[in-house]
Amino acid sequence: MKDSIYIYLLVAAGVTYLIRALPMTLIRKNIKNKYIRSFLYYVPYVTLAVMTFPAILTATASVISAAVGFAVALLIAYFDGNLFKVAMGGCIAVFLVELFL
Amino acid sequence: MKQLKRQENKKWFLKGMRHGVPIGLGYFAVAFTLGITAKNIGMTPLQSAFMSFTMHASAGEFAAMTVIAAGSGYVEMAITQLVINLRYLLMSCALSQKVSEKMPFVHRFFISYYITDEIFGISSTVDGKLNPWYTYGAASVASPGWVLGTFLGAVVGNILPANVASAMNVALYGMFLAIIIPPARKHKVIAVIVVVSMLASSVFTLLAEYIPLSSGMRILILTVVIAGIAAYVHPIEESGDSANEG
Repeated sequence: MKDSIYIYLLVAAGVTYLIRALPMTLIRKNIKNKYIRSFLYYVPYVTLAVMTFPAILTATASVISAAVGFAVALLIAYFDGNLFKVAMGGCIAVFLVELFL
Repeated sequence: MKQLKRQENKKWFLKGMRHGVPIGLGYFAVAFTLGITAKNIGMTPLQSAFMSFTMHASAGEFAAMTVIAAGSGYVEMAITQLVINLRYLLMSCALSQKVSEKMPFVHRFFISYYITDEIFGISSTVDGKLNPWYTYGAASVASPGWVLGTFLGAVVGNILPANVASAMNVALYGMFLAIIIPPARKHKVIAVIVVVSMLASSVFTLLAEYIPLSSGMRILILTVVIAGIAAYVHPIEESGDSANEG
């Protein structure tokens, strides 16, 4: 069992890497089709939005602190957009709110 | 000319490192819990760190540990990983169009290694084409946070104060917002896409009882459907990289 953990992990890592590397290495030309190009252009925005909400609401110790953290991060992202400030602003907001809960 | 190229790469690498800091912090917090889980199922800290270094995938790693703990077979492990991580296939497709056709081919192998939700997020949304050194810069900071977090979690168990851990959990989500909100402010199409995506995701989460999907599958299906509709309703006309209308 002990040695086989590494084999398990190698299988998992191998499959994960193949999924990540196959399109990247097989699709070497720029896709000309306007529809597919548009689709791929929109992919990150949909994926990140879907991953963020509502998951962020259950990420902290309470929904209230999470909601405040979400609102603060949203505002900073809207008016500033600096990655570090947004991430830290959200964290600090959660921390402060939880001090009072 | 070569000198100029090197300076350009260095500039991108440093920029990537800067953007990698919040990712690394968020990773540390998440990976810490991974390490604790690993410890609980009897994996050594070294095995935990090995897993995190070779996979860089939170849901995938949790799933891997479930398979290991259950003592299921290698085939089951492969299938589980395929299902949980299928969204990376789509991200990889998108990135294949984000890099220059002229970029040396070997970079595609290394970029692929670092297609995580977060590193993909910042890499796929830079202005213009992606310089691979930007991805490497971000990975050079984020990956150690991930691997070290897992290792320490497996060594010491839960020692982070609960309120600090709770606050740090928001870092990665905040980063996602920092990636999608500024373009949404500039382009109405993206703003609509972001709102629709969040609403749809909420609906699916509320209906989780009736539609049992792993979070990975939910992300994949919603992405295909919503980005598909958006591309149909509002195809991008010009050949550049950004939606200049809307």
